[in-house]
Amino acid sequence: MGEAIVVTSGKGGVGKTTTTANIGTALALLGKKVCLVDTDIGLRNLDVVMGLENRIIYDICDVADGRCRLHQALVKDKRFEELYMLPAAQTKDKNAVSPDQIRDIILELKSEFQYVLIDCPAGIEQGFKNAIAGADQAIVVTTPENAAVRDADRVIGLLESSEHVASPKLIVNRIRPNMVRAGEMLDVDEVLQVLNIDLLGIVPDDEMVIKAANTGEPTVMNPDSKASIAYRNIARRIQGDTVPLMQLDEKKGRFSLFRRLFGVGK
Amino acid sequence: MSRKIQTKGEREEMSIKRNLITIKGVKDGLVFRLDEQCDFDELLAEIREMLENSHQAILSGPLVSIDVRYGSRELQDEQKLQILDALRSKRNLLVRSIEGSKSAELRENAVLRTPVTTMSGMVRSGQVLHHDGNLLFLGDVNPGGSIVCTGDIYILGALRGMAHAGSEGSERAIVGASYLEPTQLRIAEVISRPPDSSEERSSHPQETQMEFAYLKDGQMQIDKMANIARLRRDLNVFKGV
Repeated sequence: MGEAIVVTSGKGGVGKTTTTANIGTALALLGKKVCLVDTDIGLRNLDVVMGLENRIIYDICDVADGRCRLHQALVKDKRFEELYMLPAAQTKDKNAVSPDQIRDIILELKSEFQYVLIDCPAGIEQGFKNAIAGADQAIVVTTPENAAVRDADRVIGLLESSEHVASPKLIVNRIRPNMVRAGEMLDVDEVLQVLNIDLLGIVPDDEMVIKAANTGEPTVMNPDSKASIAYRNIARRIQGDTVPLMQLDEKKGRFSLFRRLFGVGK
Repeated sequence: MSRKIQTKGEREEMSIKRNLITIKGVKDGLVFRLDEQCDFDELLAEIREMLENSHQAILSGPLVSIDVRYGSRELQDEQKLQILDALRSKRNLLVRSIEGSKSAELRENAVLRTPVTTMSGMVRSGQVLHHDGNLLFLGDVNPGGSIVCTGDIYILGALRGMAHAGSEGSERAIVGASYLEPTQLRIAEVISRPPDSSEERSSHPQETQMEFAYLKDGQMQIDKMANIARLRRDLNVFKGV
């Protein structure tokens, strides 16, 4: 029996879909059998980020309503043999499925895949309730902004009050080390102090992520980008490894200037 | 030592001053404050006059709840009935309570003297912790979360959200927290928020001492916890041996 992990945030635009795509791909890189589930019915994006848009035949609503079998709706990834995606419907809305139907689908997927990653829509309404219905665990994605942290806090509260989801883990996304250093952006500690949950990983802001999303090739495939390494680390932590947190600060502060002046270091 | 935090001021009220009767609008009705000194018959006449003539515009219309406060005046039951009868002549006035300062104080004291209940956890954004009585909360209250209590609120943790002490009108209630950085504080009907300027705020986090907020002449004040004994003699005060 695999694990079902919902990726959620409350606020939109903090990187839920990107995170789902990259962690899923990173887990597949580690040789895991993974299925990504898009529950953002009506506003599906996961297929675009994964570059699988043109392979969709059936969607999650078709499965829920019995118009096809689960296997017929699964889209196989172009890069990995054991990575699949269950797309959301684009022509319906969040009320087209019920939490019970999603729970059944996730349960069926868990019997076959080691990890089922559920991409949750923004908000805390029906779509959110659907997305968490089948989940055993939750990843909350936030960015170091007050608005995103507030919404993350709200969502954590809702997750904690739902009984089947284990204590949520946090990913702080899109950190800009130079802004943090200048005191213009919340640092990870400040975010953690408010949210008070376990940290699963931190991801630096990286232009490669945008580029990758537009080409339908998850960043994690590119081993040089910092964000890619961050996602790979997160995937390893999910499978149970202990991986130290990434050092975002490149030590370009006063100290390195001092070292440079005295001819030490570069 | 006491730090005054900018009170958004405006207590939720509008006062219309008559000689003997003050009408105050509160959230869910009106409070009639009656003069404490004057002759009772004079007061009764004034009430009738107000209902019949001078305040027609305000006092007619939809159903409105009235709380009558007669302060320190000693009233016989019969006299209370006379006041009630006068008020009942207006159909839209629903008298909810009639109380002097003594019984109000008693009621308030009863709330503040109840034992402190301990709770723990985290109050996150969107969550509200309601409690009847005094509360000791072990944990944080995050922005967007709130604690609402009829008595005192003591927080062993960070208060970053909203706390409302004395939610049923007890102005002697206080809010104390290990780290007092609320988005808003309410005591009884007074609402206040920290100053907008970030400099005034940023000076604060270094001195992480436990503080409490209280009302002084209807204004929110903040002081360090050690000074609480000066304010509230009813809390058992340790004087040393």
